[in-house]
Amino acid sequence: MAEEVLEKEAVEQEAKVTTKTREPLFSKRNRKLISDPFDDDNPITVQVLGICSALAITVKLYPAVVMAISVMFVLAAGNVIVSLMRNFIPNRIRIIVQLVVVAALVVLVDQVLKAFVYDVSKELSVFVGLIITNCIIMGRLEAFALGNKPWRSFLDGIGNAFGYGIILIIVAFFRELLGSGTLFGLQIIPDSWYIVNGGFYSNNGFMLLPPMALITVGIIIWVQRSRNTKLIEE
Amino acid sequence: MDVNKNSYTFMFAAIMVIVVAALLSFAATTLKPYQDENERLEKMQSILSSIKVEVSREEAAELYPEYIVQELVVSNHEEKPGIEAFNVDLTKEVRKSNIEREAPLYIAEKEGQRFFVIPIRGTGLWGPIWGYISLQEDVSTLYGAVFDHQGETPGLGAEIATAAFETQFEGKEILDDSGNLIGIDVRKGDASTQYQVDGISGGTITSEGVEAMILDCLESYIPFLKDYAATYSTAGSEL
Repeated sequence: MAEEVLEKEAVEQEAKVTTKTREPLFSKRNRKLISDPFDDDNPITVQVLGICSALAITVKLYPAVVMAISVMFVLAAGNVIVSLMRNFIPNRIRIIVQLVVVAALVVLVDQVLKAFVYDVSKELSVFVGLIITNCIIMGRLEAFALGNKPWRSFLDGIGNAFGYGIILIIVAFFRELLGSGTLFGLQIIPDSWYIVNGGFYSNNGFMLLPPMALITVGIIIWVQRSRNTKLIEE
Repeated sequence: MDVNKNSYTFMFAAIMVIVVAALLSFAATTLKPYQDENERLEKMQSILSSIKVEVSREEAAELYPEYIVQELVVSNHEEKPGIEAFNVDLTKEVRKSNIEREAPLYIAEKEGQRFFVIPIRGTGLWGPIWGYISLQEDVSTLYGAVFDHQGETPGLGAEIATAAFETQFEGKEILDDSGNLIGIDVRKGDASTQYQVDGISGGTITSEGVEAMILDCLESYIPFLKDYAATYSTAGSEL
């Protein structure tokens, strides 16, 4: 009898030990990987990564959304692959290895889309080059995936792509609305408001030009830092 | 295992390159037939779209023979027989001079009217741009135009492929009063005459590319088209 109790206790003890060493998939630490890039560790406004594409493709909302989705896919998959290979990658050629992984991934996806969903591929092909050169991808592979396990790297990829996408969409929202008077190509500002139709309004052509994207990102950084004082540098 | 040894680094790089190359070339070759078919259908769709027949890519193959009555190749202002117009590689042809080009021409019939569909190709800011324009029987009035591009920036240069830009070309003239080719002037803001259209804000270089492409490609056709239209109309009046 006593032996049985002892055995039971031992089994329970063992179970406790294993649960202790195995971290739950969505532990607090892992959830932070997703939530941090939204605000405290946003790739664009705090890490200052991926600015170039934020300037290039935010004239309209639709391409911004497409870009955000494609970056999410490439970043998550690239992070997982590099993380799986992290113990085998020779240190001296690690950047080239990362670049090859990302480029191969992007080209592969583009080829598959071109064969089976041609319309989507036409929309995306413009971004292929931009995705490969997007500093967020290389930045996260280098800073995170090389030193973390695949699941955490996956979450980090998703989180950062979300944080990047949200800024992209905010910038594109203002640029398209004020620059073209439309959202997703649909006319939002009524025709009767325009000066040509006897109104008072005229589209701000400056919003369509890249400098205005930079200024919009600057305003977002300003608003964010004034709300989140943690981010203010001494 | 020491992953930082020279020999390991070389091995790793070699294996990685072979694996990636094999993967990508396998994907490219197996997917090629599907991609080619998509491109063929899209070409038919664009040609139909230039004579304002809007169809989905799937319907294009079916409707194409109904509207396109003749495909021919124009070279040195004469018809050059024995070449499949649909398969002419325009990328190569636009590098030759206007006279030497083997320029494909599609003749379409819609609602009893005859249109000349001319493929055009040129360069935008970041890469090639191309399209199809259709001329009415007078060889001067544009009936429709479609443009496409490979890598122009969305919202800026890429706007040439939108209906807002393309519809401006309808009804514009490419020949002046004495019948000389002047093309279409894509300009900033004040497009008012029948030879001018508005350019894209922030897409000036691409807009200029469209202007240059239309003028350059039309030069191969105009004398031929004038002759063709003249014989056609006299033949028509004799009937």
